[in-house]
Amino acid sequence: MSGFLVVAYLIAGVLFIRSLGGLSKQETATQGNVFGIMGMSLAVVVTSMAWLDKEGVFDRGLSGQLLGLGVLLGGALVGGVIGGALAKRVEMTGMPELVAMLHSFVGLAAVLVGFSSYLRPATVAADELRHHVHLAEIWVGIAVGAVTLTGSIIAWAKLKGSLSGKPLLLPGRHALNAIVAMAIVGLAVPFLQATGTEGLIYLLIMTVLASLLGVHLVMAIGGADMPVVVSLLNSYSGWAAAAAGFMLSNDLLIVTGALVGSSGAILSIIMCRAMNRSIINVIFGGFGADAKPGAAPAALPAGEVREMKSDEVGRRLLEARQVVIVPGYGMAVSRAQATVKELSAILREKGIKVRFAIHPVAGRLPGHMNVLLAEAGVPYDTVEEMEHINPDFPQTDVVLVIGANDIVNPGALDDPTSSIYGMPVLEVWKSKLTVVFKRGMAAGYAGVENPLFYLEGTRMLFGDAKKSVDALVTEVKK
Amino acid sequence: MPGVTIIIGVPKETLPGEKRVAATPESIKKIRERGLAVRIERGAGANAGISDEVYVAAGAELTDNPWDADVVMKVRPPSVAECGRIKEGALLLSILQADRNPGLVDALKARKVTALDLVKVPRITRAQKMDVLSSMANLSGYRAVLEAAAHYQGFFSPQITAAGATPPAKVLIIGAGVAGLAAIGAARALGADVRAFDTRAAAREQVESLGARFLEVKLQESGEGQGGYAKVMSPEFIAAEMELFRNQAKECDVIVTTALVPGTKAPILVPKDVVECLKPGSVIVDMAAEQGGNCELTRPGEIALHNGVQILGFTDLTSRMASTASKFFSMNLWHLLGEFGKSDSITIDLENDVVRPSLILHKGEALPPAPVKEPAPAPAPVAKPPPATAKPAQQAILSPTRRAWGSTVAGLAAIGVLFVLSRFAPSEFLQHSTVFVLACFVGWQVVWSVSASLHTPLMSVTNAISGIIIIGGMLQVNAGLDVASILGALAVLFAAINIAGGFLVTKRMLKMFQQGAPPEKASSGGGHSR
Repeated sequence: MSGFLVVAYLIAGVLFIRSLGGLSKQETATQGNVFGIMGMSLAVVVTSMAWLDKEGVFDRGLSGQLLGLGVLLGGALVGGVIGGALAKRVEMTGMPELVAMLHSFVGLAAVLVGFSSYLRPATVAADELRHHVHLAEIWVGIAVGAVTLTGSIIAWAKLKGSLSGKPLLLPGRHALNAIVAMAIVGLAVPFLQATGTEGLIYLLIMTVLASLLGVHLVMAIGGADMPVVVSLLNSYSGWAAAAAGFMLSNDLLIVTGALVGSSGAILSIIMCRAMNRSIINVIFGGFGADAKPGAAPAALPAGEVREMKSDEVGRRLLEARQVVIVPGYGMAVSRAQATVKELSAILREKGIKVRFAIHPVAGRLPGHMNVLLAEAGVPYDTVEEMEHINPDFPQTDVVLVIGANDIVNPGALDDPTSSIYGMPVLEVWKSKLTVVFKRGMAAGYAGVENPLFYLEGTRMLFGDAKKSVDALVTEVKK
Repeated sequence: MPGVTIIIGVPKETLPGEKRVAATPESIKKIRERGLAVRIERGAGANAGISDEVYVAAGAELTDNPWDADVVMKVRPPSVAECGRIKEGALLLSILQADRNPGLVDALKARKVTALDLVKVPRITRAQKMDVLSSMANLSGYRAVLEAAAHYQGFFSPQITAAGATPPAKVLIIGAGVAGLAAIGAARALGADVRAFDTRAAAREQVESLGARFLEVKLQESGEGQGGYAKVMSPEFIAAEMELFRNQAKECDVIVTTALVPGTKAPILVPKDVVECLKPGSVIVDMAAEQGGNCELTRPGEIALHNGVQILGFTDLTSRMASTASKFFSMNLWHLLGEFGKSDSITIDLENDVVRPSLILHKGEALPPAPVKEPAPAPAPVAKPPPATAKPAQQAILSPTRRAWGSTVAGLAAIGVLFVLSRFAPSEFLQHSTVFVLACFVGWQVVWSVSASLHTPLMSVTNAISGIIIIGGMLQVNAGLDVASILGALAVLFAAINIAGGFLVTKRMLKMFQQGAPPEKASSGGGHSR
């Protein structure tokens, strides 16, 4: 059985690698998902067989194992049904919340497996050293799992809006983190020395501490960094799975956990580079409120905000030859993507070149805008990434900025006092006319004033994004 | 003045050749919405193509005496006789150019008039929509090129025909202010080869953005004056400038001059000897004709002919576009009226930073010069290049070499750690660590190339895959139900949510991407089609 298990796990691992590789290109993405499903099915089936084998079902037939088998199947079935329902029901605008929630489940599962493994080790350790290494693995696995669990829950609440997106900055928060981290490490000493399951109390205390750490780490991260946070938690959930693999001596768990962990880490790095921020800075939080009070507001942009009504915007759109639409989180919030697609289709029918410009950190999830536009049926060859479209803005007649703010802030390029200084942005102000759809004059998620609104070529179209786009559709249909 | 309706009077323009009018049906509608009444002189809009009936339909009253009003809006300054008809204490909005009309000011003083000179509206961002000089300069720059084209006997755009070929007309625009830029745009649109000169270096970017060549003299001197106008230059500079113009005149077919320095006579930029460098048949349009002209030979209001060169000294370029000019002018005035309150009353606020500098008389009294606020030189260039201290560009960070180096260093570090561990850690742990490190590397290599649009699906698929922890849960479930088994079963449950949820939601998203794909791509990509 065990040789068979190793080969099967190897195949599953390869399938997972192919799955991630496939997901990096549109053409192979569907295939990649299928590989993932195959790998997972294989792993689960083979493990089930191993379980039956271990319980002696193959030799003696089912007898006393019915209860265990029932619990196992029941858990898997109930979980599968819940997961399926979630996946079916979720709105594409609600993707960030769902992803965050799923991360918390991995964290929770890792904690549960850790405790379970502590209470009843799968194999009895051969010597003192191996016993200690096993305990240490449990310790690390539970710590990472707990941080993932609570961090994801906080991220979920922030994304859902139940918690404010503003970073919570406790005084001396770095010291606080350091103390908790040291306590987690320090508590490992009595835990390792305890015999039997007497160390359980230390394990529980440590779990509470790690949970608090998770809460605090994510609470301190500002809303604008949400895409990074989500991908970081993605990474943590992978590490949690890998740690579980160590404690259970299961190579497939280690491989898969490491794959997911590094994939999430890469996504976080991509996001950080898109914002020109260091990953350390994001992990330890506090961005967006770090701007010294007084420094930023002192340089309030000159000029005035000019409004343009939808009839005028509609007229300018029809006169334009090139139009670029920049979607942001506001589009997701008002669920305007279908109407935006309709607008772009009408304009395209009239021979106007319409493209979409996506900033890497637009929205609350890496790639969030792409998903929303795809949901609305926007052809993806009209969706451009920032580097590709930035040189085209000077030739663009009208730019519609729908519910985006920080990603079109010219201050990021030329105002060293701005807290988003250095972040590459969509240079919409180089176009002939920029129309900003906005509910009011509030600052963006990063809490930074946007000089774009005061520029010569900028007009504001106030109101709910969906209603404004609806009005535009009516205008251009006339 | 509560309870009394404020009346705005709009007289017909009396200056010969002036066809504009200070109010249009559009502006009257807006004024009426504010609760103010408008009385317009019969036939005021006739030259701009607006009939009395249209005015009445917009809510204006027709009158023979528009001067009996609380506010008088006019394009050109009133004559001294007309001043006598203005109601005492009224507000007058017009292009007064008070410096050049001293008699006018005395006449207005006598009627205790509050007079606002539209020429003096400050060139600040907020006041741009009230700036008649800019809106009129835009029109006349455009018209100047059209007049030049009408009097020039060739094509502006290059022609290659069966009957022969001609090169594009070469057009020199002197002065790249609002009028100059409009002229550049119009000449470029007609297909001419355009070059422009301005003493302000800031003009270069604007000139080049319109597709014209920016000429400069060797000498370095900034011509940046207050309020976005050019200042008067030194004799050395002027000599160098003349040299440049002479050289240009030898090859150019059309010269448009737009140089005005506020308060003084227009500078002579095209003296007789430069005119003589031009080929016969060339055209000069002197947009400064009304202020004496930039060309020595200009005769204001006429076409002068010298050695076959036509010098157009039209002073009525805006009246040649009277309809659009009136529309812009009246909208400028409408915005300016907003500075006198928003409701149905008119309040003169001496603290207002647009009104105060533009007022030359307040209730018949001359005001002391307005306190000069910070000078506003040329509008800030919109897109600045990132400063030199900017962090390294995106491409540099994402470069493959840098990434390769990073991986190599991380790899060496990992090997070092493993080496140290091998000294005392048990062999199983070491083996697991090796697998772990290798898997990290594989993931690192595979995921880097992910396209941005797939970030979310990638994340949800990794989410599903990290549900592999289900195996951990399964291994912990025992036949006999103890605490450990229950914990394991719970882990199985949560991991199963992840697996099902993650894969299904990824499938849903990818299907959407497929639908959005153009048909040919979709068919090659996986068989889905619309």
